[in-house]
Amino acid sequence: MNKLLLAALISSAIAVPAFAADYTIMAPAAPGGGWDQTARSMQEALQAEGISGNVQVTNVPGAGGTIGLAQFVNQFNANPNALIVGGYVMVGAVLTNASPVSLANVTPIARLTGESDVIVVPAASELKTVDDLIAKLKADPGSVSWAGGSAGGVDHIAAGLFAKTVGVDPTTVNYIAFSGGGEALAAVLGGQVTVGISGLGEFDAQIKSGDLRALATTGSARLEGSEIPTLGEAGVDLVVENWRMVAAAPGITDEQKTAIGADIEKLVSSATWKQTLATKGWQDMYLGGTDFDAQLAADTEATSAILKEIGLVQ
Amino acid sequence: MDTFGLLANGLVAALQWQNLLYALLGVTLGTAVGVLPGIGPALTVALLLPVTYRLDPTGSLIMFAGIYYGGMYGGSTTSILLNTPGESASIVTALEGNKMARKGRGGPALATAAIGSFVAGLIATIALAFLAPWVVKVALSFGPADYFALMVLAFITVSAAFGDSPLRGVTALFIGLGLGVIGIDLQTGQARLVFGIPDLLDGIEVTTLAVALFAIGETLSIASSRTQMKEEVLAVKGSVWMTLEDWKRSWGPWLRGTLIGFPIGAMPAGGAEIGTFFSYAAERRLAKHPEEFGHGAIEGVAGPEAANNASAAGTLVPLLTLGLPTSATAAIMLAGFQQFGLQPGPLLFANNAPLVWSLIASLLVANFMLLVLNLPLIGLWVKLLTVPRPWLYAGILTFATLGTLGANGAMSGRLGPIPFSFELLILLAFGILGYGLRRFGYPIAPVVIGLILGPLAEQQLRRALAISQGDPMVLVHTPIAITLYIVAAAAVLIPLYFRLRGKGAVLSQMASDED
Repeated sequence: MNKLLLAALISSAIAVPAFAADYTIMAPAAPGGGWDQTARSMQEALQAEGISGNVQVTNVPGAGGTIGLAQFVNQFNANPNALIVGGYVMVGAVLTNASPVSLANVTPIARLTGESDVIVVPAASELKTVDDLIAKLKADPGSVSWAGGSAGGVDHIAAGLFAKTVGVDPTTVNYIAFSGGGEALAAVLGGQVTVGISGLGEFDAQIKSGDLRALATTGSARLEGSEIPTLGEAGVDLVVENWRMVAAAPGITDEQKTAIGADIEKLVSSATWKQTLATKGWQDMYLGGTDFDAQLAADTEATSAILKEIGLVQ
Repeated sequence: MDTFGLLANGLVAALQWQNLLYALLGVTLGTAVGVLPGIGPALTVALLLPVTYRLDPTGSLIMFAGIYYGGMYGGSTTSILLNTPGESASIVTALEGNKMARKGRGGPALATAAIGSFVAGLIATIALAFLAPWVVKVALSFGPADYFALMVLAFITVSAAFGDSPLRGVTALFIGLGLGVIGIDLQTGQARLVFGIPDLLDGIEVTTLAVALFAIGETLSIASSRTQMKEEVLAVKGSVWMTLEDWKRSWGPWLRGTLIGFPIGAMPAGGAEIGTFFSYAAERRLAKHPEEFGHGAIEGVAGPEAANNASAAGTLVPLLTLGLPTSATAAIMLAGFQQFGLQPGPLLFANNAPLVWSLIASLLVANFMLLVLNLPLIGLWVKLLTVPRPWLYAGILTFATLGTLGANGAMSGRLGPIPFSFELLILLAFGILGYGLRRFGYPIAPVVIGLILGPLAEQQLRRALAISQGDPMVLVHTPIAITLYIVAAAAVLIPLYFRLRGKGAVLSQMASDED
């Protein structure tokens, strides 16, 4: 027991957070991933533009961000200096992990960036268009295997919503989860699966080289200069976008929320941030204030419905 | 780009000063742990995993590989001068090497070991560079069913094929497989066996398990054993240089040792020890003076020492190209890749080519460093043996605990008003498990390999079945999968045959240790 106490003392001394910062941004993921990069890009821009004097980034990885989210809610109640980065993946993870805290427990500030999914097939595939895919899916849903990211993530949700929209029972979707885009890519290239569905960035190089054929993107509009149609253009009324957001602590006052919102608005209109978006290839999907609150509520409801229909959430 | 171009690019990267520094640090540490009995490269890399969490991935991996190579060099020193193998791959070296030292020929013994290691390391690393892209090409056509067959082969060979008790190996493997089930299931997103503890949602950290089993378990095991080793270090008398006769008798064994060690290291669950046994046996049969064997024959040092270094390079072939660890150290290096978000396998060569080739090139550099470290500076390493053991193990315990705290030890739990780190509790619990396994003669490596490969095997199996819509015949549908299952069956049956013929003793000796 003494050992335990000693260990606890030593480690709590190490883990004292720095409160001198104007903002502490939690990235609820390991260093290197999308949320971590978003948090660190925010840190860089906030400091470079003089919006905030001192910004610290902390990483709390695990379980689709729900571990970080729970810690954030517990630690930073009513703290106007604390921010957390999150995204669409978190909406699904909160539901599938039956997380005790959800995005309703924090104060959402704004949606920042986003990326649409793309549906691809190997170049040699018999599927040439979205209509071919729909026909095959309707004939035998199980014969279409979808390779994408982890179960309950945005790729899985998009596949389920696609089936539902074209009138196929989402529970029959034969979704194969891969832990990273690279693995899913290998499975599609190797002809192991029928279609691949993941962020455009994962398949971009192989689409350009001609090894993969892109059937459609799940975005609301075509990317600039892109030849890939959106699902809407292909006749499927569906938009799924994987967005990233920033939220503040629960229990802050309306004035504090407005002040943080103003800082974030300054951030997204800054030259440094625009430069970051360009170098990282992120789409600007800024949406703040009450518009974002409404959008978040709509997304959460749609996600919860489709996860129940796929059978991942009871 | 062809292999030469890629390797040249890798060399340019490896010769950058910070990578040189990492390599030097790695080989120095590796030699040190190789020299010290009881501490092997697996334990050392495990200890360093949490510490390197925030460092540069390329540099850290270069350091790990340096430790692996260095351990193979350093082990011979202890074997020759102390008659106690510094690590398991040097057991055979002690047979002839220590006899040579007793006859006052310790210098040439050390020299043939070091130069043999260098020659073998050089040839085997180049072989790795040329073989790896070829294996990658084959591996790219692997589907989920083929990967599953590969994992089955790995499970069988690490647990059941070698070792005196297949039952114990399989038991250890299943502990690892069981631990691997904990956490969120990738295919359904559902949490399994987490008992409402959020820290378990992402599963058991391989790093924590490795540190616990290797470092904490070993320390507890040493502390609890009553027998104190009586050690007598033989001084290096006479010239360290080899005579012309020594050279003539050494070069053949060096080359043969390399030829034997490399493929055995590259085979699943080959490991370094087995190559050294085969090399020793081969030299004994081929020697012009077989009567010298057992009384200090230089061939018996040159061959096995070349074999163990060649097998270290061989181990890297399946590790880098297939993500398949074939030794304990390789298993922990795999965890090292994973902590940087890198998954060894054919995709690594496509997505992280600069990293892979700097790593391979740095092995060539490390080999030169090791030759310098081991020949002129041998006296320094011998002094290391005078460090009191309790200090050493106390240091390891402290380092293991602080490292785990630093990497994953958030104060997430709460016992009344006192916050505590769940990760440290896990470290302690598995440390005790590691002690128990050692105490009752269960191997450690299958536990770690089960935890690493178990979840991968499960995912591949379920993917294969999902794609075939539940038809199990898909598992034996490709020539690759069928071949792998045949090899797996052979790996079980051949040792069984040896055991029935009463040769079990040799097998148990082969599996005598972990790294």
